[in-house]
Amino acid sequence: MNKNKEQLLNKRYKAEQRFRLYGQSAIFMALLFLTIFIFKIFSTGYSAFQKTWLIVPVTFDPELMMLEQNPSKEDIQDADYYDIALKSMADLDLNANEDQENELKRMVSYFFEKEIKNELLNDPNLIGKTKEVYLTASDDLDQVFKGNYPRDLPEDQRRVSDYQLKIFDQLVVNGKVESKFNISFFTNADSREAELAGIASSFMGSIFSILVCLMIAFPVAVLAAIYLEEFAPKNRFTDFIEVNINNLAAVPSIVFGLLGLGVLLAIFQLPRSTPLVGGITLSLMTLPTIIIAARASLKAVPPSIREAALAMGASRMQTTMHHTVPLSMPGTLSGTIIGLAQALGETAPLILIGMVAFVNTIPGSPMDPAASLPVQIYIWAESAERGFVEKVSACIMVLLGFLITMNLFAQIIRHKFEKKWS
Amino acid sequence: MIKIKAKDVDVFYGKKQALFNISLDIEENQVTALIGPSGCGKSTFLRCLNRMNDVIDICSVKGEILINDFNINDKSCDVVRLREKIGMVFQKPNPFPKTLYENVSYGPTIHGMAQSKQEMDEIVETSLKKAALWEEVKDRLHEPGTGLSGGQQQRLCIARAISVRPEVILMDEPCSALDPIATAQIEELIDELKKEHTIIIVTHSMAQAARVSQNTGFFHLGQLIEHGSTDKIFKNPDNTKTQDYITGRFG
Repeated sequence: MNKNKEQLLNKRYKAEQRFRLYGQSAIFMALLFLTIFIFKIFSTGYSAFQKTWLIVPVTFDPELMMLEQNPSKEDIQDADYYDIALKSMADLDLNANEDQENELKRMVSYFFEKEIKNELLNDPNLIGKTKEVYLTASDDLDQVFKGNYPRDLPEDQRRVSDYQLKIFDQLVVNGKVESKFNISFFTNADSREAELAGIASSFMGSIFSILVCLMIAFPVAVLAAIYLEEFAPKNRFTDFIEVNINNLAAVPSIVFGLLGLGVLLAIFQLPRSTPLVGGITLSLMTLPTIIIAARASLKAVPPSIREAALAMGASRMQTTMHHTVPLSMPGTLSGTIIGLAQALGETAPLILIGMVAFVNTIPGSPMDPAASLPVQIYIWAESAERGFVEKVSACIMVLLGFLITMNLFAQIIRHKFEKKWS
Repeated sequence: MIKIKAKDVDVFYGKKQALFNISLDIEENQVTALIGPSGCGKSTFLRCLNRMNDVIDICSVKGEILINDFNINDKSCDVVRLREKIGMVFQKPNPFPKTLYENVSYGPTIHGMAQSKQEMDEIVETSLKKAALWEEVKDRLHEPGTGLSGGQQQRLCIARAISVRPEVILMDEPCSALDPIATAQIEELIDELKKEHTIIIVTHSMAQAARVSQNTGFFHLGQLIEHGSTDKIFKNPDNTKTQDYITGRFG
């Protein structure tokens, strides 16, 4: 009899140990996946924050630029820079034939003309003189310099010719290639050229969408939650509404995208590809999340507080507004932020309402066409050029940073303003 | 003088009847204790007096409750005005998670009882003094009320209740969550408060009922078995059930 008891006890201890082991291995697996994922993204993405520049001597020859003597600012603005830009690239190899000159030109971005122009606009005294100018290297050379591009492929399978590599290596040896922090990744809009593409448009698009989403979803959801929790009679109809709010939270996001397409774009004729439409669509998605969070935190306010206020002669409205709602706000706000973070990472509905279009301008308002960060990731991931690979990871890093900041903020709100009940 | 007159009060929770035909007169400026075993309906009856049962959807109250000869179950009765006149202290101390000052000034604020900050300060001070809490907290009026001890919190709730100068104070087992010292302080306070207020207290402790009350009502299974002066109920009850309960044979 006694022995039997001993065995049972041992069995229980063993079972508990096994259970701990399962739990620990589950956590280990989760951490492992997360580490691999983050390592992969960082190792491919970090190089996108560096950009390769070629330092090329440019002679600002007034004749080639069609400039008169003592040109005004407008003249400099309107001058022709193409020829001097071409000439400075061609001068990298004085023995180059016509084909090779063309190849030389393709070593820098097509933006090089403008970069040279900006140099002169900054310092008009350069006319007639020679200056070394930083020109954005083409994305292929950028990748070569970062070591992401295999040099040992046969030439016809490479986008960089042997000749370009030869000149480039000479430049490297002479210290005329430099790597600097890639500001244009944050200030440029999207571009077909990987070396010029940036996230400014999609970042602003995301911010505008989230703001529109917040301004619509938050007030509607909070009012709905307060009414349902504090005022609505408990009957079949409100039960039905509650079930449907929960269902709404589980509807796949692409369905909301179809709704946005069919109603906002087709019926209300709102402008396509804009954060306004994106934000409204996302707010439909966020609404149930916020309602559920707000109701949960209203429910968590102890009934004794309501009774105390009512017994003091406060009306239902006063009880709700003076006591219940302020006490539920931390929970509601952190629920809202989590809902917004979800909306921020949403891609499918935005693709349907046209925020997937190629936008090379930075939106100034929610009414301007824009992309959004997750859609930008999708667009770049689809592009064939090697230069976009690191951009995809870098964009994911920015999006993750954004999300982590928002979740951190939610945590801080929850901890800081949470009231302790006696 | 009779302050509250309950006539044939029935209370239902859904289909279940919780109170049967309660008729009870409550004397002005005296303490009336309601005693009885758990679930006998004494708290339910107490909550009828300031219509706190309205909050519970399935609860319905029938019969007349006259306060100053006015039926509070009448449609013309405004609950906000009623609860201004009839304060309540709950079983568990439930101060608002706000400062002491805000706790006491809440009632006067929503009922517009003070014209200036000075007047409000005065109301807060007198209320806290009447609740015998002033000396302990006068230096920390702007600290949270939830930081006080249990007994202090309950006195804060009493101060909050009397801040609007109610005619009647309902107390629902106000000492059940407190230690004996805090209980003694509250009982002393009740004795003091009855000079200006009519007090109805629900209690589990017969000793407490004997100590603080002048009248006692004994509830059992939703019925008012017996009521009368505390002396009589405790020493010479008419009903054998009362006798059994008082002497501890059940309950």
